[in-house]
Amino acid sequence: MKNTPFLDKHLALGAKMAEFAGYNMPISYTGINDEHFAVRNSVGVFDVSHMGEFILKGPDALDLIQRVTSNDASKLVAGQAQYSCLPNNNAGIVDDLIVYCLKPNETYLLVVNASNIEKDWNWIAGFNDKGVQMENISDQTCLVAIQGPNACKVMEPLTPADLQKLKYYTFEKNSFAGVENVLISATGYTGAGGIEIYFENKDGNAEKIWDAIFEAGKAANIKACGLGARDTLRLEMGYCLYGNDIDDQTSPLEAGLGWITKLKKEADFPSKAALVAQKATGITKKLVGFEMLERGIPRHHYKIVDSEGNEIGHVTSGTQSPSLGKAIGLGYVNVPHAGLDKEIFISIRDKGIKAKVVKTPFE
Amino acid sequence: MNFPSELKYTKDHEWIKALEGNQALVGITEFAQSELGDIVFVDINSVGDSLKADEVFGTVEAVKTVSDLFIPVNGKVLEVNPELENQPELVNTDPYEKGWMVKIELENPADLEGLLDSAAYQNLVS
Repeated sequence: MKNTPFLDKHLALGAKMAEFAGYNMPISYTGINDEHFAVRNSVGVFDVSHMGEFILKGPDALDLIQRVTSNDASKLVAGQAQYSCLPNNNAGIVDDLIVYCLKPNETYLLVVNASNIEKDWNWIAGFNDKGVQMENISDQTCLVAIQGPNACKVMEPLTPADLQKLKYYTFEKNSFAGVENVLISATGYTGAGGIEIYFENKDGNAEKIWDAIFEAGKAANIKACGLGARDTLRLEMGYCLYGNDIDDQTSPLEAGLGWITKLKKEADFPSKAALVAQKATGITKKLVGFEMLERGIPRHHYKIVDSEGNEIGHVTSGTQSPSLGKAIGLGYVNVPHAGLDKEIFISIRDKGIKAKVVKTPFE
Repeated sequence: MNFPSELKYTKDHEWIKALEGNQALVGITEFAQSELGDIVFVDINSVGDSLKADEVFGTVEAVKTVSDLFIPVNGKVLEVNPELENQPELVNTDPYEKGWMVKIELENPADLEGLLDSAAYQNLVS
């Protein structure tokens, strides 16, 4: 099992640690609810250094990205990022990722899920027939997410970058807490606003930045947050988690990711024709948000049934929403049951518990 | 962590406290609540059931996970703690007092002797 450079910090804070995607990661420190509310109301900090980072460089870097991803990276200008996915050959998803444009047509950073680093690398390399220079910088790259409505304001003293003016899904390289060449990105997985910072783990950078973040956030009651709160926060927003809501079997159209699946872009990408056909004939199942109307917490893999008990889908993610005080979930259901306000039943310990389809973000 | 000496414990992290008249209260230990994290729902539908030791009497739902609840000894479930309906977090904040889960009628009070005492349980989780 691998550790991130922040292991000693997590242990000193009394974190509950667990293995995730081959990494020893903090699940929670003071409790999932407490950390969740820190992010929704003020500011929280996540060590997500387990995420994978690849640099793609060379005159054909954009061409390669266009041929493996579903979104249109040709639209990106320097300093802009884009959510995208890697379709496989069966109209499923190899991974979802963020593409950062460092230099148009020349240098890109791809940020992928920790559990898929090797799979993605091999997949992309399999398309690299024009000699694009690929570098896997995952092991030496730290990623810290500083999220919440107060995140930009309290981090501003640490950097010359104008964090409060940094637009969503844009980034810049600047110094941060005295460390040069930090990629500061207005992205995140919480829906609470804030930044994510990428930097190389060397010369004690990690500790220096971590300590500076907590010092700067003191007055705002900054809190260390684990993967538990990261999951409740993303789920309230209806963001997909690879391995739960999307995987090798689910199509981006079924997953509601049509907005990052640019079927009209010039470059061919895996399953493009199949996805065009799927769009034309219509999908048969769809990822929807639902809230529980009766007492019960939906969990990954629970069956979804109709009022007669016939199976109509399955739950992919579920939790008690700390912010909304009700149980919520995501799941695939057959299209006739996927409309807003449709009544569905979650099979919990062999009982059908009533729920209804709602829009996401949950409210 | 606190493991009161007047209680008996199981390897599944329940505690049981003998009351007068062959009755007992059952809950989960401080260790168990800490492992589960924020508890959001205690789901118990076994009132009136006579259960054998180690059978499931309910389920506890935390934000992150769900866990079955096992009855420590043979007995009949008499009552669920009514406070948990609206305040499941009592299991986190006060696992041995306000956070008790069910009251049971013991089939045989001597069964309690076969359970772990405080020291033995502490040994198990440390």
